[in-house]
Amino acid sequence: MNNTVLASLNSALHQAFAQDEKVYLLGEDVLDPYGGAFKVSRGLSQAFPQRVITTPISEAGIVGVATGMALRGLHPIVEIMFGDFLTLAADQIINHLSKFHWMYNSQVQLPLVIRTPMGGRRGYGPTHSQSLEKIFLGIPGLRVVAPTVFGDPGALLCDAILNSQEPTLFIENKLLYPLPVKNANDLAEFDVITTNSNASHSPICGGNHQGSRMAFTVSVHGAPSPKLTLAAYGYMAELALKALYRLAYEHEVFAELIVLTQLAPFDMSPVISSAEKTGRLLVMEESNLTLGWGAEVVARVAEASGNHSIQFRRLAAKDFPVPASPPLEESLFPGEEDIIQASLQLSGKSKD
Amino acid sequence: MNNSSIYRSLYRIRLFETRVLDNFSRGIFKGTTHTCLGQEANAVGVLAKLDADDIVFSHHRCHGHYLAYGGDMRALFAELLGKSTGVCGGRGGSQHLHWRNFYSNGIQGGIVPIATGMAYAEKCQNRSTVTIAFLGDGTFGEGVIYEAFNMASLWQVPVLYVIENNRIAQTTPIELAMAGSISSRFDAFGIQTTELDTSDVLEILSTAQPIIDGIRLHGKPQALILNTYRFGPHSKGDDTRSEAYLAEIKSVRDPILIHGKRLEAEERWMIEQEVTQEVDTAYQQALQDPFPSVESFSM
Repeated sequence: MNNTVLASLNSALHQAFAQDEKVYLLGEDVLDPYGGAFKVSRGLSQAFPQRVITTPISEAGIVGVATGMALRGLHPIVEIMFGDFLTLAADQIINHLSKFHWMYNSQVQLPLVIRTPMGGRRGYGPTHSQSLEKIFLGIPGLRVVAPTVFGDPGALLCDAILNSQEPTLFIENKLLYPLPVKNANDLAEFDVITTNSNASHSPICGGNHQGSRMAFTVSVHGAPSPKLTLAAYGYMAELALKALYRLAYEHEVFAELIVLTQLAPFDMSPVISSAEKTGRLLVMEESNLTLGWGAEVVARVAEASGNHSIQFRRLAAKDFPVPASPPLEESLFPGEEDIIQASLQLSGKSKD
Repeated sequence: MNNSSIYRSLYRIRLFETRVLDNFSRGIFKGTTHTCLGQEANAVGVLAKLDADDIVFSHHRCHGHYLAYGGDMRALFAELLGKSTGVCGGRGGSQHLHWRNFYSNGIQGGIVPIATGMAYAEKCQNRSTVTIAFLGDGTFGEGVIYEAFNMASLWQVPVLYVIENNRIAQTTPIELAMAGSISSRFDAFGIQTTELDTSDVLEILSTAQPIIDGIRLHGKPQALILNTYRFGPHSKGDDTRSEAYLAEIKSVRDPILIHGKRLEAEERWMIEQEVTQEVDTAYQQALQDPFPSVESFSM
């Protein structure tokens, strides 16, 4: 049976704690038997009682405390219960922890990870369903990483905890937790090329260390050369993979899916080279459309590419708060069908 | 420290800050600054006898703390001038310093949980370090400090919060910004508090020392409230208080005058000459130091 994303992240935390006694976890309701609101931290407080600290409901305070711990050489992890609550810690993230390394003339390191569940489609309503990571992209000194069902989500997390000297915001889409991490069997119908622009050869994290700047280039096995590029991260990559398959078999539209794991700092080269080749780029995200990740991707590709005839489309959440009502919420977020329709339009195969 | 070295330390801060403020108005310094004129005894008294590993986290009004901690004067002038020889290579400027175990940042209150976390990390690693966080009365409007006080007390963190209550936040008097009292806020978190209303450095020193020793020994947080007076503007040219009021507080609460009386006039004069020479030299060196090269500008 496949490892789920949840199990992968949970075992990565156990591994990181076992490997390095400098690793600490701070968060609300993280003690067992509860083990955190989404159970990613389950079992840690039992195994490492001295290093798992349940905190008051003080997001800014605990991010600040963890920053201080990192300045003194520890490797703290902060669990923010819902990504929506990151706004409470925004001053600590923007004006403190992301500044210190550079502002203090590179005299300090901040090996700190803030992990948090993001995203909707679970009926939690306007303040517990957002994808706010876009607010934290483009902040110098802050790395933003988002695991997917591709590769090894746990290794990404373990790497950020043990190998990174810079602060990392680790965005876990809630719908990823129960999904199986894709193995070779799951991907038998696809060709997957993995590229990594910051791999290191550290033996830790189970020897499975991959760096964070992973890109997965996915196409349907045996398909003709692609005429469309899909770019996605997080849970949207799962939907895009399904759409990729149906586009090929139901519509004879052959696309290439680029899945990114590091959202900041940007490395757009896999998307740029694919879009230059296919001439069409569809970017998708769960944040609201306006001033989002997709806008930046499109702009970067347009600026960097020598191919001035690339056609672009963006898919994102509508510019509304996330509704609690199921049909309204479903209509807000881009789904598999939206990806297919947008792909058909971009490929000139739609009547719209 | 003896009376002479204490006087020297006070006078260095006074002269440094005066040099900065005078030359801001002449356009030599750019950006912003916040001088601690009148509050010198707090920095010198609290930081007089630290262990080498002890940590100090300061705020926007940090020059005096940095100098009293032992920071180099030329590097501080250079930092304010944006020179490559500055404390942080000119990247941070007046409010953003880091040298050895001294740190400062320009956001009100945000440093308080960080200093608390540093102290907590020291406790986790079984070290006997004391962390000192400076904050002013105006910062008591920021919510994050109460999150930090709560955790410091819950987890018995070896941190000393030093509150310099100068009774004014930029231009707003404390009566318009604070309900209740500073000490009762610490009482609410079960943090032991000591309060002084003095500009006498020896009184501050002799009060702070046993508090710091106690934190080192027992590992519990404490607060030291220092009621004090700011003689200069919040930043530059933004003082809305009357000349008469300023003249009055300067006549009765000047830490340089108060402590200077303990020295013979001749010795005082000697120290002042030497410090003037030191400040002149440091300032001239910093003026001649190079700016950082634009090519060095990277993450």
